[in-house]
Parts: sequence; C-alpha cells; structure tokens
Amino acid sequence: MTLHTKSLAALAAGLRAREFSSVELTRTLLARIEAYQPQLNALITVTGPSAMQAAAVADGVLARGGAGPLTGIPLVHKDIFCTEGVRTTCASRMLDNFVAPYDATVVAKLKAEGMIMLGKANMDEFAMGSSNETSYYGPVRNPWNPQLVPGGSSGGSAAVVAARLAPFASATDTGGSIRQPAALCGVTGLKPTYGRVSRYGMIAFASSLDQGGTLTTSAADAALMLRAMAGFDVRDSTSVERAVPDYVAALELPLAGMKIGLLKEFFEKGLDRENERCVREALAVYEKLGAKLLEVSLPNLGLSVPAYYVVAPAECSSNLARFDGVRFGHRAKDPKDLMDLYKRSRGEGFGAEVKRRIMTGTYVLSAGYYDAYYLKAQKVRRLIANEFEQAFAQVDVVMGPTTPTPAFALGSKTSDPITMYLNDIYTIGANLAGLPAMSIPCGFVHNLPVGLQLIGRHFAEERLLSAAHAYQRESDWHTRIPAGYE
Amino acid sequence: MKPEQISAIAHLARLSMDEAEIPSYQQSLASILSFVSDLERAQTQNVTPMAHPLPGLTQRLRPDVATEGDAHERYQANAPQVAASLYLVPKVIE
Repeated sequence: MTLHTKSLAALAAGLRAREFSSVELTRTLLARIEAYQPQLNALITVTGPSAMQAAAVADGVLARGGAGPLTGIPLVHKDIFCTEGVRTTCASRMLDNFVAPYDATVVAKLKAEGMIMLGKANMDEFAMGSSNETSYYGPVRNPWNPQLVPGGSSGGSAAVVAARLAPFASATDTGGSIRQPAALCGVTGLKPTYGRVSRYGMIAFASSLDQGGTLTTSAADAALMLRAMAGFDVRDSTSVERAVPDYVAALELPLAGMKIGLLKEFFEKGLDRENERCVREALAVYEKLGAKLLEVSLPNLGLSVPAYYVVAPAECSSNLARFDGVRFGHRAKDPKDLMDLYKRSRGEGFGAEVKRRIMTGTYVLSAGYYDAYYLKAQKVRRLIANEFEQAFAQVDVVMGPTTPTPAFALGSKTSDPITMYLNDIYTIGANLAGLPAMSIPCGFVHNLPVGLQLIGRHFAEERLLSAAHAYQRESDWHTRIPAGYE
Repeated sequence: MKPEQISAIAHLARLSMDEAEIPSYQQSLASILSFVSDLERAQTQNVTPMAHPLPGLTQRLRPDVATEGDAHERYQANAPQVAASLYLVPKVIE
C-alpha cells in the first residue's frame, strides 16, 4: 500500500473508510523519515513518540465519527513555527536549546483539526537564505539530486514534500521562501496574501513581508490546507479581519475568459532558455483551456531586489534585537559586563548571513542614512505595488517563471551575497506588494523541476488555486517523484 | 567603508566582532550598498512611502487591558540564568 503518494483528500477518504489507520499512516511516514533523513537532512527534530500518541487519539476520533477533513493526517512544520513543548530553533545556534512555551496559531489550528506533527523542518537560519545553506544544522539536499540545493528558506519543508515524507509541510515566505524551494523541488507552493494567515508564533524576520503558507504536491491539497490555516487572529496585529472562503469549492472556478498577464520583465535577460521553454509551454496550455494571454509591464520591477535588501534587513535588525542572551536563547560564557553579554551572545549565536543582514539593517536605519536608504526603499516599494495594481486592472493573474534557473549546486553561490540574493528576482515583487502567489511544477530541465509562478490580486487565492488546479488536471508534472523516493 | 565604521555599526547592532572579521564585512556591506544604490534611479517625488503592504490598512490597535495571565515560570524555563523569578545579568550598577 503506497500511502505516502496519496493526496490529502485520498488520505482522508481512506482513513474514514478504515482502509488504513492514522497509526499505520504515521508509522509509514516516520519510517520513511528515518530512512531518508540521513541523505536529505530535511528535518531538525523528529517527534516520533508524540506523533504516534496523537495518531492513536486521531484513530479514536475517526472511530467515533467525529473526524474532520484533516483528522489523522501527518504534517511537518517549518522550524520557524513555535510548537509548545517542542524545540523550536529557527535553524540557529541562538535557539538551539529553545523549547517553545506556546503554539503558533497555525500550529494550534492544525492540531485542533487533528493533524499529526512528525517533526520540524530544516530551513535557512531565521529564514535568511535562498539555498538552505545558512542553517546551523547543515544544508538540506535536493531530493532530485543530492549535490544540489533544495532552495530556501523553506528548503526542508519542500524536500519533505518532494520526497513524500509528509503530504504537507508548513512554510513561510518573506521574499520567495515558499515559491523558490517549491520550484526547485518540484512541488506546489502557496504564499497567501499578507495578513491572510496569522503570524502569531511564527518567528519574525521582516514583519511587513512575512507570510505563512503551504507546501503540498498539488493545488487541491493547498486549498484544503489554506482553508484550515487562514483566518483572523486577534493575537496578530497585522491579521486581516475577513471571512475565509471555501478554497476547496473554489477549485472548480471556470478558467475560460481568464486574462493572464505575461510580465515582460520576467522574460528578459537572466532567464535560463530551457526554463523559459517550460514556462511558455505551460502558458500555451492555459491558452488552450480558454485563457487569454496579454503582455504587461512593471517598469520598476527591476528595483524590487534592491528595495527588498533595504526593507528586509532593516526590519530584521529590529526584530532580532530581542535575542539578548538574557531571557532565552544562547548566552555567552563568563560575560565581563552587560554589554559584553549582549555582544558575545549575539556574535556567537548568529551565523554569518544573519549577522550580515543585521549589520546592513542597522546601517540603513542609522542617523543620516535613513532617508537615503530606508525611506527611498519604501517609496520604491509603493511604486512597484502601484504598478502591480495597474497590471491587475487589465488582467486577472500574472504569470511567469518562479526562478531564473533550476536548482544549483551546493556551495556555488555562497561566496557572493548578491549572486544569492538575485535568485529571488521573480518572487520578491509579490512580497513587496503583499500579493498572493504560487509556484507549481511546469516541466523539467535535465531531470530537474521548473516552477511556473502565478501572482494574483490581494485575497484572490481562489483564483490562483483554481488556475493552478486547472493546469494540474491537464499535466502530470506535479505527480513526478524523484528517483529513489517512489 | 572604513574599519572604524564597521566597528561602529557592530556596536550599534550589539554584535561582537574580531579585527579579523572586519575585512569580510567591509567587502560584503560595500557590495550590498552598491547594489541597493540602484534605488536612486527611481523617480520618487511625491510618492508616499509604503509602510503597510495592504492598501488602506494600518496597524490595528486594541484597548490597553491585560489579556495574558501570569506565565513567568513557563517563560523563564528558557532563560539562561534565573533566581527568585528574576533574570540574572552581570552587575550593572556599582
């Protein structure tokens, strides 16, 4: 019985029909994690015993007939989400010994649905990175080729789903951290509209950009998960008070007549020719399904990466000020005074990329430089958001590549930060404008997956999910499993 | 950027930094700042800086009343050094 390749809907149906139990399903996936973790390094913590207990409880609920659509289904949480009583590291030495005293809202909601946590996924340290190489716990390997990166920062989550170790992994996206690893690992990633999913208990990186979302093998599964995760949360001051639509019902929205904007700037220099071919073939499928393709242009989009690398480090330098070696986290030994305690605890606790961003953020916010950098970046952010708004006056969805190239080799981009930052050239725009966006598999180049990116209007997740679902009914890229993980 | 500037930023950021680390920060910060200086190209006269990613929304406020109970024991379980429910730090006042 190949439980690990089933969709969420199929798993739910099988559990209800008593074809298999949650205990069997959980045991199967824990065995897969045990088998593949040494080669992937996709998890930081595995919670086997508590998962088996929770599965037994879920089987009781299933037997009594009180189960919901996700009861008894296992998941993995990105190690950026606080999990009560379970180590939550954010892949940093700083939090190596941190046991979260409460659950993030996302964690609590999915627990209440009866889902089973198998463990915590590896990631870039404090979600700062595009290759998973900044993790204190070592890099995650791409299931399609162990010499390549899985992308980042949600690289562990994407590898878990690609290797079929769990049908869903939670993830977060500040500049592309859901979509880029989804593209590089050949899975479906959804970054909802800013404010759609609660950020409470999600360790903050850049608060005006961070958004939690989903990594699954299909858009249909993403719809099921988003329906359970989204919603207003009084504990998150940026959470939006807005009803949660039935994303699952919305999957069947008709595609005919939908206007797709091809972002001119996404197809210019820097895009790998073979990547472009896959994306254009996917666009042809949409055309065949009755969508209309139009070219749109965002002249300032080229400034999205520079704007991001002012705004995100500025917010990060402020958010990470809380790590002081006093209340939680790493503390330096034998401090000679309070200043020494702060400086050495932080100097020892943070890795190189995190320190680089804190330094950049501190500089751009410092007296005399604020207007030239931070204020200017916030103005450019407005320009880019306005240009997206103008594009959405003409089209329903914007499409293009998720990344310039397929997965790259471990170590190939670590020497120069700018080379690494430019990986997110197509994804950052949606974060700056707060827009929902997805990446779905749309082909292969030299046996490596390629992602198609879909960007929608604010709160247009239904449109995105239905468009992605329509494509996935016409294609089978999303069902491909890396060799050795079948 | 001069070594003294790097040290000054590290001090503001409360990060210890060895002399030996300074050159690598000089190099990477210079390349990041040169990269983001592209922003100067944008025409931003009369553009309102964007502080919230959703149009028309601002940070929500709530009444100033306590909503959380006392959980200091649970929170202090993560603290490196605690005594008598107090966080311990090196002596601050002589």
